Amino acid sequence: MTRPRTLVPTTLAAALLLGVAACGGASGEPQAAAGRTLTVSAAASLTDVYQELGAQFEQAEPGVTVRFNFGGSDTLAQQVVQGAPADVLATASTRTMQTAQQAGRIAGEPVTSATNRLQVAVPPGNPKGLAGLASLVGPQVTESVCAPAVPCGAATEAAERAAGITLDPVSEEQDVRAVLQRVITRNVDAGLVYVTDVRSADGQVQGLDFPEATAPGAAQSYLVGAVAGSPHGDLATRWIAFVTGPQGDAALRQAGFTVP
Amino acid sequence: MTQAGARGSRGSRGGTATLALPWPVWVPAVVGFGLIAVPVAGLVVRTNWPDFGALVTTDAALDALWLSLRTGLASTALCLLLGTPLALVLARSRLPGIAVVRSIVLLPLVLPPVVGGLTLLFLLGRTGPLGRLLDAWFGITVPFTTGAVVIAQTFVAMPFLVVSLEGALRTAGERYEVVAATLGATPLTALRRVTVPVVLPGLVSGSVLAFARALGEFGATIAFAGNLQGTTQTLPLLIYIQSQNDLDGAVAMSLVLVVVAVLVIVATRTRDVSGVR
Repeated sequence: MTRPRTLVPTTLAAALLLGVAACGGASGEPQAAAGRTLTVSAAASLTDVYQELGAQFEQAEPGVTVRFNFGGSDTLAQQVVQGAPADVLATASTRTMQTAQQAGRIAGEPVTSATNRLQVAVPPGNPKGLAGLASLVGPQVTESVCAPAVPCGAATEAAERAAGITLDPVSEEQDVRAVLQRVITRNVDAGLVYVTDVRSADGQVQGLDFPEATAPGAAQSYLVGAVAGSPHGDLATRWIAFVTGPQGDAALRQAGFTVP
Repeated sequence: MTQAGARGSRGSRGGTATLALPWPVWVPAVVGFGLIAVPVAGLVVRTNWPDFGALVTTDAALDALWLSLRTGLASTALCLLLGTPLALVLARSRLPGIAVVRSIVLLPLVLPPVVGGLTLLFLLGRTGPLGRLLDAWFGITVPFTTGAVVIAQTFVAMPFLVVSLEGALRTAGERYEVVAATLGATPLTALRRVTVPVVLPGLVSGSVLAFARALGEFGATIAFAGNLQGTTQTLPLLIYIQSQNDLDGAVAMSLVLVVVAVLVIVATRTRDVSGVR
């Protein structure tokens, strides 16, 4: 009879503690016993390059672990403004880096490490025989682009303006990878993505260049900066030097980026 | 306070005994309530009130609200049409392997919605096994249409209706149907005149849950139906896209979504309590 009465609060307390412990474990700092951890918040489009560079950096800096937080540049900039524990911020646009700068969260001047440009992604062999932006207009060709609110969508709009056309997409995606996925799965005939996305698709799509991709506002700049007040400021500076140095340039070029 | 009062007056047995909750219930209850209520209150605080009217009456916002309401209602209707018979089968049939069927029906509760959207895309997309046939035979492309939004919402919302209704059916038991049958009612008459009226509150609350879930649906919709103003861009999609560069707009529209959801829940809850029982 008395058992349930004592059992209920105990169980509840245990559940609460377990919940808190589980949450704490998930978000807690995995403190390496000996070494130091550099946390890099980087634009999702840098995922492959940065992971490769991270491994190289760890070899060059014994005892250092590089930890990544990949995501949309806007989200990452917001996180840094809100005090997320990042040491380096690498964004895929000048505007998002400015967000963090204006909040006083970037130490010194951020560096432009690479640029990227749009291509028309089509299935291999270009079955619809598309050439140039204007060939996408009309109901016989379905295309998918980024929503104007996200950086690749702003770039798409700039290219449209430069070409003097208005596209009629069937969908405006939340990021460039979603556009790429539409083309890979053949649910659209074409999509506007970056050269690096075409490269990452490993032959599942083919990229068509078009002249308006280099118009003002259409090309995209990647900036990298050290986060102000980071306890690993020296490591952050070395990471920035590394990704803008010869090894970083080579990896970025390999992925399709243009290196200044 | 009014909640407790209402519950007390509703309790048929025990009188005041139902009011006295043991203390270990209160503390986590308050923490749990706060966990949900405080962030929502934060939404109200964060709202840019001077521009609120302008932010929620843009073309995109009005299109999205209208589309959300239409698709939400359509998918709730579809949930009722398909989910009600499904709940009846789960509660009343004695088929072997019904437990397996039930766990499959409940999968969308566990599955990340975006995975649901992707599987729908793999099935009904232009190169999918079913989508290819639809395209070749009828020239129908399902993804990127308003219909795709309704399918995605129904996929994620139907388990809510089925779970509520199955629970109501099991609680109600089969006594009344048995009596009706002995009085000469056909199974269809018994279902129409006895079963449905008895489980009506469960049906209503299940529909409300399904509608609320459909209204907030994001992952499956954006993966399967895409995002285009007026056609597939529901309120949650617009809020997400907007949050990338216009937080004020996103917050204002989130508040609209919250208000719509609260209105629907309150309206049907009051009817549920005072109505059939």
